[in-house]
Amino acid sequence: MKETVIKTENLTKRFGDFVAVDAISFEVYKGEIFGFLGANGAGKTTAMRMLSGLSKPTSGKAIVAGLDVFTQPEEIKKNIGYMSQRFSLYEDLTVIENIKFFGGIYGLSDKQIKQKSEELIEQLQFQNEIKKLVHDIPLGWKQKLALSVAILHEPKVVFLDEPTGGVDPATRKQFWEMIYQTADKGITVFVTTHYLDEAEYCNRISIMVDGRIDALGTPRELKEKFSATSMDEVFYKLARGAKRSDN
Amino acid sequence: MPDITLDHISKTYNKNTLLALDDISFEVNKGELFGLIGPDGAGKTSLFRILTTLLLPDKGFATVNGFDVVKNYKSIRGIIGYMPGKFSLYQDLTVEENLKFFATVFKTTVEKNYDLIRDIYLQIEPFKKRRAGQLSGGMKQKLALCCALIHKPEVLFLDEPTTGVDAVSRREFWEMLKSLQKENITILVSTAYMDEATLCDRIGLIQSGKMLSVDTPENVLKAYPENLFAIKSKNVHKLLTDLRNFENTLQCYASGEYLHLSFKTENGNSQNEVVVFLKEKGHDEIEMKMCKPSIEDCFIRLLAS
Amino acid sequence: MFRDRKTLLLLFGMPIVQILLFGFALTNEIKNSKIVIADFAKDIASQEIIGKIEASKNFNIEKSILSSQEIEAAFKKGEIKIAIVFPNNFNYDLRHSNKAQIQVIADASDPNTATTLTNYITSIVNDYQQDIWKTSKVPYRIMPELRMLYNPDLKGAPNFVPGVMAMVLLLVCVMMTSISIVREKELGTMEVLLVSPFKPFLVIVSKMIPYLFISLLNLVIILVLSVFLLEMPIRGSLILLVAESTLFIITALSLGLFISTVTDTQQAAMSISMLGMMLPTILLGGYMFPIENMPIALQVVSNIVPAKWFYIIVKAIMLKGLGFSYIWKETLVLAGMAMLFLLISLRNFKIRLA
Repeated sequence: MKETVIKTENLTKRFGDFVAVDAISFEVYKGEIFGFLGANGAGKTTAMRMLSGLSKPTSGKAIVAGLDVFTQPEEIKKNIGYMSQRFSLYEDLTVIENIKFFGGIYGLSDKQIKQKSEELIEQLQFQNEIKKLVHDIPLGWKQKLALSVAILHEPKVVFLDEPTGGVDPATRKQFWEMIYQTADKGITVFVTTHYLDEAEYCNRISIMVDGRIDALGTPRELKEKFSATSMDEVFYKLARGAKRSDN
Repeated sequence: MPDITLDHISKTYNKNTLLALDDISFEVNKGELFGLIGPDGAGKTSLFRILTTLLLPDKGFATVNGFDVVKNYKSIRGIIGYMPGKFSLYQDLTVEENLKFFATVFKTTVEKNYDLIRDIYLQIEPFKKRRAGQLSGGMKQKLALCCALIHKPEVLFLDEPTTGVDAVSRREFWEMLKSLQKENITILVSTAYMDEATLCDRIGLIQSGKMLSVDTPENVLKAYPENLFAIKSKNVHKLLTDLRNFENTLQCYASGEYLHLSFKTENGNSQNEVVVFLKEKGHDEIEMKMCKPSIEDCFIRLLAS
Repeated sequence: MFRDRKTLLLLFGMPIVQILLFGFALTNEIKNSKIVIADFAKDIASQEIIGKIEASKNFNIEKSILSSQEIEAAFKKGEIKIAIVFPNNFNYDLRHSNKAQIQVIADASDPNTATTLTNYITSIVNDYQQDIWKTSKVPYRIMPELRMLYNPDLKGAPNFVPGVMAMVLLLVCVMMTSISIVREKELGTMEVLLVSPFKPFLVIVSKMIPYLFISLLNLVIILVLSVFLLEMPIRGSLILLVAESTLFIITALSLGLFISTVTDTQQAAMSISMLGMMLPTILLGGYMFPIENMPIALQVVSNIVPAKWFYIIVKAIMLKGLGFSYIWKETLVLAGMAMLFLLISLRNFKIRLA
């Protein structure tokens, strides 16, 4: 029996007449890498905001890490990690200052922060960079650091919003290795990406079109279902029919 | 006859401390669709700016349509179309007004070259009264392309036109480029998406200011030196760690649901040896097959050598 | 925060500069004001009063003139703010009819300064009165007759309207021009313009034309309001006024253009326009704090503030009804500034990105 970490039932968000997210239902399990795809404007960001307690749903049900998004949004924020494309790091603080700052935000004790940051520096091999400003380290390193910081407090779920934009393939691979490692620790990874080839790295993926989830399954299942050779093709076949993706 | 030539071009920033382009030489033929493939910070934008006469190279020599980019910059400015990486339209002008403005700047009218942009413009025409700032990513990109084409340029420079645009719009955009090629316009396009490489006539792989390879996509793929294997087991992360420790492993990295693996020395028995090694390590459901390398695999291979 | 040097400088620099400026430089106390004395009496009483004026730190006696035409000319040229006329037989009147008159003439186009200066004179005269009472016990009275030139009712409008004109025109021209051009750099449209056969500098100059019209419209609004609502006179030539304003607008536009060539972000253009232009205009333009009162260093600095010259020109035309012959120097300074900024911008304007 798989342990369910995220569960939604008919989760809906309206802005006036506009239905941004239209009754989506899905489950995500512990230690899973769950890819959340969709064209621009399909409702990905809105859905992710609801699940991370930042935005209140209009109707439906959603449980994240055993907590209800309607009644316990503050507790949810303590039990999840979040990293976006724009790096949730402070560019004008040093590496070690960022680690300490975020440790403090997530309510870790000084002792825990000290121990955690030593582990992290060791693991990322950042020994020579801890005193450098985040501004001055390469993009790929920032991404790794941002992910490490997002899971510093050992959350049940970590949300990654377009985490791999703009880096070279080798760095991208290294980042995905870190995602595997995170999932291996039992942390559920919920990730959105523009790179459709990356979708195949995920255990399961969902594709949103016009606020609904139009496809959900393992990459292999989806490719068979749509008789496609790549996720790119699956996505194209689905999104081509979208009404609001591009106007 | 080559339409764009670069001869040992180098460019540095910050008083020679930051090397953006390192001795780049290649040629693009008339009517060719040439893709410059590389990650952010590889030097693509610097290269574009040198060719569009916006930056001076530190060393080397480059021409566009036979004109020197340094001496004859005025001649070049009249015959090229340029779509910079960042959104370069007037946000508070409408679609129509933007197009008219750029037509005027390039000393022409929208009507004169309407044939060239008609197919693209028809897609955004329903929104012609809308302000450019309120268009979606795909629409903005189409409008920017129209504006870059309005004076029927000889050479078109597109700097990362598909960044931040969803898969459907990306595909449509490449179809547009293919049809523009029929008008005998030379197109130099840059992208960070490796999968777009196969849509170009020829590609240049660029990283850290250095050109790793310039060839047709087919030849780049053919040049991959080893056999490449796709391998998976139940625990992907452990599989990766274990394979990295296998003595005959040259490169191993994640790629989709499989890992990609190449050997230092390969004989008929190499595959069996790996499987035996992995079984010893306690892996289940091992699946291994030979696979064709992608442009991404070639890129990673070139980075390693 | 402490790594952000600029913010730090601003946070700690601002209070220091302001305290120094307001504490020492910008006071309403007037020192060493030039005064013209027309002493028709040349008797002991007038000499004693002149002696007191000479001793006062508030005044510097410029010269003693005898004709009233010469006094008028000195006012027109703006050389003096105040004059005193002692009539014939001043002492005789004082000793025999126990009262005498003096005439105090002040340039009231700046009503605050005029009031302050006449108050100084009145108190010096009172002081003299006290002195002679002590010795003679006869209640002699000297009655100053005040004449407020150009603005007899001491209205505020004649002072602030030219100031507002300078402010508004600067705001529209410098800030809007620099920001709108820098925005092109930020958005990337400048990149495309540079790669066009059109001369980018021409595109930029043509972008300035709407602001020229907006500013002229603003000028008309201000003038209409001040004439009909505030009953402010336009004593001189309207055409000359509009022509001089246009020159000031062009100066401001070229200044905006200059700022846009040295900045790369809208935020920087904004701060330079605000801190570098608005503050000096308000503080050193001459209509909030009289420039004559400032330390020499600030007086020198005030010469590079275009608004100062424009303020002098507008007051001369509107209030004093003077013609071009009186303001050609100021006009020349403004024209020179406009030329200078245009030339520097033209030279600074890059045909490439770096």
